Amino acid sequence: MKSFTYERPSSPAEAAAAVAATPDAKFIAGGTNLLDLMKLQIETPRHLVDVNGLGLDTVEPTEAGGLRIGALVRNTDLAAHPRVRKDYGVLSRALLAGASGQLRNKATTAGNLLQRTRCPYFYDTAQACNKRQPGSGCAALDGVNRSLAVIGGNEACIATHPGDMAVAMRVLDAVVETIDADGAARRIPIAEFHRLPGDAPQRDTNLKPGELITAVTLPKPVAGTHIYRKVRDRASYAYALVSVAAILAKDGSGHVAFGGVAHKPWRVEAAEADLPKGAKAVTAQVFADAKPTPENAFKLKLAERTLSAALNQARA
Amino acid sequence: MVGATAGAPEGAGAGAVRTDDPVLAKVTLTVNGQRRDLELDTRTSLLDAAREHLHLTGSKKGCDHGQCGACTMIVDGRRINACLTLAVMHQGAEITTIEGLGQPDHLHPMQAAFVKHDGYQCGYCTPGQICSGVAVLEEIKAGIPSHVTADLEAAPRVTEAEIRERMSGNICRCGAYSNIVEAMTEVAGARA
Repeated sequence: MKSFTYERPSSPAEAAAAVAATPDAKFIAGGTNLLDLMKLQIETPRHLVDVNGLGLDTVEPTEAGGLRIGALVRNTDLAAHPRVRKDYGVLSRALLAGASGQLRNKATTAGNLLQRTRCPYFYDTAQACNKRQPGSGCAALDGVNRSLAVIGGNEACIATHPGDMAVAMRVLDAVVETIDADGAARRIPIAEFHRLPGDAPQRDTNLKPGELITAVTLPKPVAGTHIYRKVRDRASYAYALVSVAAILAKDGSGHVAFGGVAHKPWRVEAAEADLPKGAKAVTAQVFADAKPTPENAFKLKLAERTLSAALNQARA
Repeated sequence: MVGATAGAPEGAGAGAVRTDDPVLAKVTLTVNGQRRDLELDTRTSLLDAAREHLHLTGSKKGCDHGQCGACTMIVDGRRINACLTLAVMHQGAEITTIEGLGQPDHLHPMQAAFVKHDGYQCGYCTPGQICSGVAVLEEIKAGIPSHVTADLEAAPRVTEAEIRERMSGNICRCGAYSNIVEAMTEVAGARA
């Protein structure tokens, strides 16, 4: 690991200003992903701004009937929060499907949104990776890419967003609240928070340098069965090959987002009107522009079947 | 605390370092009930602080990437991977390692149950398994749901499925899992 200086700011604005003003500085919250990457020298910050002392760790009702989740609310606490369990079950389920108990105790709401891909070529510093080293190429395109994106990628990058929580946040229409180095606040709809690789695969999100997430807000609850269905290689503590976050009524109508398939949680709202017609009618539209590799084409059928299972669960 | 320098622990310096020289910082931890004052390279994980600086070698380094759970400690009442957190991030924290749970002449009930049920073979993962096991029973008692909890709004129960799911962050290459489940089930029953 490269050496670094370390500070604990006393306010979110001060934290944002410190990261913006210091070369190669990063925020650290739970640190479970950042330190992993620092040990491998995939991330090499020279200054860490520890935001753990800033509060931002409460879950509170909003005037609009929703919830405001502090950036530093730990994954365990968010999943176990009575209001989340009662009204936003898809979020509890997604959190509990991710990582291990030890990691959920440390990992934060904001940090979870910012976790980096687990593409094996991003993790292997001997391989070409445009996300890790812009311009170096993408070894995944012709490599072992079974776990990687089937849609939204390009010749530069086929990495996936690895998380579960963000997929639930996407179906819930969450909004990410931030503060920047000048102290200005901004609200970013979750649909616009994560990026597709485009011509800058090194950028996972649309955050500006030094911009700090302060909270994530949820609109008022959506009625229906809240489902998070995750398909993976092990029964526990593994990333999704495909996941489905859905809020569905008995007739199948509702909302659905997919995880494990793209550089961001994947949702096509226009396809949701066809949910009562069954999974195939929906996934045919959601994945119409898919460009899978021979190794990961199975994800398309898996996505359809996983949605089908979710629809059966809602109708039961 | 105001400004970048004032907010830094003593010695951590301000502004990014441009060389590979170590940066030292002071941190005070309470480890197994004892106050410990340390001056560490900022890179030092909580695990390395315990093992290399406090000579508490019960917690083990397996993968050093949060995948195996051998380093599990209980920090401010919660189990975490000590390899994936920096010691300097834990100013004032209360830390319990396997040495603090029990000692050979007064074993923690979970340690005694692991012995009784043969919950290990080589023993390398065992300190992490036991710290995790103790914390898992507390998590169930506190009503924290898991991936296998059928009803999110009901209190979770101690079942084999719950134990197996909640212990998935602790790997045992000798495969003592079924005996670990038995040990945990016994301790949960004894406390119920």
